[in-house]
Amino acid sequence: MMRLWKKAYVALIFLFLYAPIGVLIAQSFNASRYRGHWTGFTLQWYGELFQNEGILEALQNTITIGLSSAAVATLLGLVTCLALRGMGRRRRSVLMGVANIPLLNADIVTGISLMLLFLGLGLRLGYGTILMAHIVFNLPYVILCLMPQMLSLDRNCYDAARDLGATPLMAFRRVVLPELRPSLLAGFMLAFTMSADDFIITHFTKGAGIDTLPTEIYAELKLGIHPEMYALSTLVFVFVLVFAFLLFWNRKRMQIGQSAR
Amino acid sequence: MIKSAAMRHLFALPFLLWAALFIFVPLVFVGWYGLTGGDGQWSLANVGVLLQWEYARALELSILLALVSTLVCLLVSYPLCLILTERQRSHGALIFLLFILPMWMNSLLSTMAWQTILEKNGILNQFLRLLSLPDVTLINTPAAIVIGMIYNFLPYMVLPLYVSLSKINKNVIFAARDLGASSWQTFTRVILPLSLPGAISGITMVFIPSLTTFFISGLLGGNKVLLIGNIVEQEFTMAYDWHLGSGLSLVLMIFIIINMMLTAYFDRSEGQVKK
Amino acid sequence: MKKIYIVSICLALLMSILAFSGCGFQDEEAEGDSVVYVYNWGDYIDPDTLEQFEEETGIHVVMDEFDTNESMYPLVAAGAVRYDVICPSDYMIQKMIKHDLLQPLDFSRLPNARQYVGQVFYKQSETFDPGNIYSVPYCWGTVGILYNRTMVDDPVDSWDILWNEKYKNEILMQDSPRDAYMVALKRLGYSLNTTNPDEMRQARDMLIAQKPLVQAYGIDDVKDKLVSGEAAMGVIFSGEALRMMLENEDLAYVVPKEGTNLWIDSWVIPKNAAHVENAHAFIDFMSRPDIALKNFEYLTYSTPNTAVPEMEEDEDYKDNPVVFPPPEVYEGQETYQDLGEDGDKMYNEGWIQVKVY
Repeated sequence: MMRLWKKAYVALIFLFLYAPIGVLIAQSFNASRYRGHWTGFTLQWYGELFQNEGILEALQNTITIGLSSAAVATLLGLVTCLALRGMGRRRRSVLMGVANIPLLNADIVTGISLMLLFLGLGLRLGYGTILMAHIVFNLPYVILCLMPQMLSLDRNCYDAARDLGATPLMAFRRVVLPELRPSLLAGFMLAFTMSADDFIITHFTKGAGIDTLPTEIYAELKLGIHPEMYALSTLVFVFVLVFAFLLFWNRKRMQIGQSAR
Repeated sequence: MIKSAAMRHLFALPFLLWAALFIFVPLVFVGWYGLTGGDGQWSLANVGVLLQWEYARALELSILLALVSTLVCLLVSYPLCLILTERQRSHGALIFLLFILPMWMNSLLSTMAWQTILEKNGILNQFLRLLSLPDVTLINTPAAIVIGMIYNFLPYMVLPLYVSLSKINKNVIFAARDLGASSWQTFTRVILPLSLPGAISGITMVFIPSLTTFFISGLLGGNKVLLIGNIVEQEFTMAYDWHLGSGLSLVLMIFIIINMMLTAYFDRSEGQVKK
Repeated sequence: MKKIYIVSICLALLMSILAFSGCGFQDEEAEGDSVVYVYNWGDYIDPDTLEQFEEETGIHVVMDEFDTNESMYPLVAAGAVRYDVICPSDYMIQKMIKHDLLQPLDFSRLPNARQYVGQVFYKQSETFDPGNIYSVPYCWGTVGILYNRTMVDDPVDSWDILWNEKYKNEILMQDSPRDAYMVALKRLGYSLNTTNPDEMRQARDMLIAQKPLVQAYGIDDVKDKLVSGEAAMGVIFSGEALRMMLENEDLAYVVPKEGTNLWIDSWVIPKNAAHVENAHAFIDFMSRPDIALKNFEYLTYSTPNTAVPEMEEDEDYKDNPVVFPPPEVYEGQETYQDLGEDGDKMYNEGWIQVKVY
C-alpha cells in the first residue's frame, strides 16, 4: 500500500513537470501559429525548422556555450569550495554571500553592468563575452550545490589514503572526487540549465551576428512566437529522453550481466 | 584536507580574482547608480522610495509569494527525495536528468504553455468540465504565479536535497531504528539535521530567483500584480531610470545578508551534530 | 565511465579556451567592406529580400534582432556593437537624435526612398525627425481595438467600450505605460504626448477604474488570447490585426473615433556606422517597390511605399482597410514623441500606481 502511495506521489510530480511539455509538443503539430487555437495537424513547422539555418546555428551556440560555461563554472566552483572548506566559519559565510550576489541582482542589472565592464576592458562583444557572462551567473549555482557536500566530507578517508602513501592529487582523485561526483553533476546540470535559458544577460553581452535560442525567441515576441520553436523544443526533448533511456537500459543490462557472472 | 594556509590561499585566488572583476565591479555599478540621483549628487532617494506605499506593497507581495513557493518546494521535495533515495544509487544520474529535462525547454515557452493549461478555457478547465466538475479560476491570480514559480524552480530544490539525502549513510538510519526511534523521530533527529545544508542551498536557489522574477508574474499573473522584479525591470527598460532600478536592487541585497547569516548559523549547528 | 568524465571536461575546457582566444581586442573589423550590420525587430523582414540584396549588390547582411526599443537603446548608446542600419520606432528615433547617436542620411543615394515612400509619412515623421534628416519610414500602423463579434454585441467605435462593465474580465490591455496611457488620454480628449500633471492624473484614475474589468495586461499573449477566444476584446497594433483576422473570422478591427497613436518604424544610420555606403544601399533597396511588396506580404504590416497598393493582387490584402486604410484614418493622428527623462518618469510612476491598486 505504502509503495503504491509513493509511486502515485512521484507520478504526480512528474505529471506536473511534464504537462507543459505535452502542451509544447501538441503546439508543434498545430497548423495555427496562435497558442490555444487548434486548427489542424501539420508537419509544416518541422519542415521549416530544418530550412532555418539561423535557428540551428542558435541551437549550436546555446549548447556549446551552455556546456563550456557550465564546465568552467564547475571547475572554478570546485577549486573555490576546496578553499572555502579550509576557512573559518565567518570568512566562509561572507565569501559565500559574495558568491551569491549575482543570483540576486536582476538579470538586466548584471547584463548592463557586464556589458559596460567588457567595453571598458576593450573587449569586442561576441562569443567569448557571452561565455564569460554565463560563467558569472552560473557560478553561484555550482557553489551552492557543492558546498554542503564539501562540508560534510569525512576528512579521515583522505588522511587514511595519504597515510597509505597516496600523493595528494591521487588521494583527491580516488577518495574525494567520487564522494563529490553527485553534487558536481547537480551543479553542472543546473549551471547548464541557467545558461541555456538566459535571455537578458546574453542580449547585452552578445556581439553582432551571434544568437542563442533565447535571444531568437524573445526577438520574435513582437510578431508572435514562430511555431518552429515548438518543433525544435519537441525534437530536443525527444532526443534527450531517448538518449537517457538508452543510457539507463544499457547500464541495467551491464549490471545484470555482472550479477550473472 | 588542505593543510597549509598558503595552499588554501592559492586555491581561493581564482575565485577572489573572479569576484573582484565580475562580482565586485557590477556591484559598484549598482551601488553608484543606486546612491546617486539623476544630477550625479549622492542621495538616498532611490533606496528611500521603499517607504512609499506602492513600492513597499510590491516588495511585501514579492516576499510573500517567494516564501510560499519556497515552502511548497521544500515540502514537496522532502518526501520526493526520500522516496527517490530508496532506489538504487546508480539511478542518480537518470533521476537528475528526468528532473532537469523539463527545464531545458525555454522557460518563456513553458510558461506560455502553463497559460494554455490554466486559462479560462484552458486544458485544466476543459478536463474538469469533462468530469462535470466546476471550473477553477487560476489564471491571472497570485496562485497561478506561485504555480509558475514552483514549476520553474522546483529542480533547484530537488537536486541539492537529493544529493544531501543520498549521502546519508543508510546504517545511521538503521541504527536509529534499531535503537527504537519512530519514523518521525528518525526523520527529525537524524535525516533532517544531516540534510539541512542541502536544504539551505535549495532554499537559497528557490527563494532568491522567485523574489526577483518578472516574466512569470507577467504571463501567469496577467501583469495585474506588481512584484519588485517587475518594477526593477520597468525602471531599467521603460522608464530608463537606472538610478531607481539600482536603488531597488540595492535594497534586495538585504536578502543576501540574511542568507549569509542563516548559512553561518546552520554551519555551526551542523558542526554540533557531527560531534 | 570515469574516463568519459575526464575526456568531456577536457573537451569543454579546450572549447572555452578556443572561445576566449577568439574574442580579440577591439581594433579594426576583420571583415572586408562588403558587409552591412543591420539591427532590426525580430522576424521583421522577409529573408528572401535579404538574399536578393546579397545577390544583387554582393554586400553580405549580418542581421541582429531586438525585442523592444528599450532593450536596443543601451547597446547602441554604449557603442557596444557598431551597427550600420537600425529600425527603431518614432519616439526612439527622436531620443537617439537628441543624444546625437544618428547621422544625417544622404538622400541623393536614396532615389527609391525619395520617389516611393509616401509624402504623408515623411510629413508625419517630422514630428520626431524635423526636416526628415535622419530616417526613412519602413512600416507604420495604428493602434485600435480588436474584438470578437460573437462575444461583443454593442457597436465598437470608441475607447469607451473598454470601460463597459458588461465586459468585465474580457478586456485585454497592452502592458506598457505609454500604450495604456494613450488609451485613457485619447478617451479624455488629450494629447498622447501630454506631460500636464493634471491630465496625467485624470488618465491614471481612469486606468485604475478600468483595472477590475481588465483580464490581463499582456505582451505577446494578447494575440493568442484574442484568437483563441479567451477574451472578447483587446488593444492591438494594426500590423498583427490582419493576420489574426485571417486566423479567426469572428475578429474585427476598429480604430476608435477619439483618435489613436500612429506609429512609424523607420530605418536610420547610427553615427558610429562603419559601412555608411552599404547602409544607404540597404535602405534604398528596402524602399524599392518590388521589395517593399515582398516585405509587406511577409509581414502584413502597412507599408508607407506608395507603389505597393497598386501592385498588390491578393484578395485578402487588396482594398483591405486594415492594411491599406483610407486617409481619414491616419490623417491628423498623433505620433509618440520622446518625453525626456522627466516625462518617462511621470508615466512610469503613474503606471506603477495603476498596477499596485
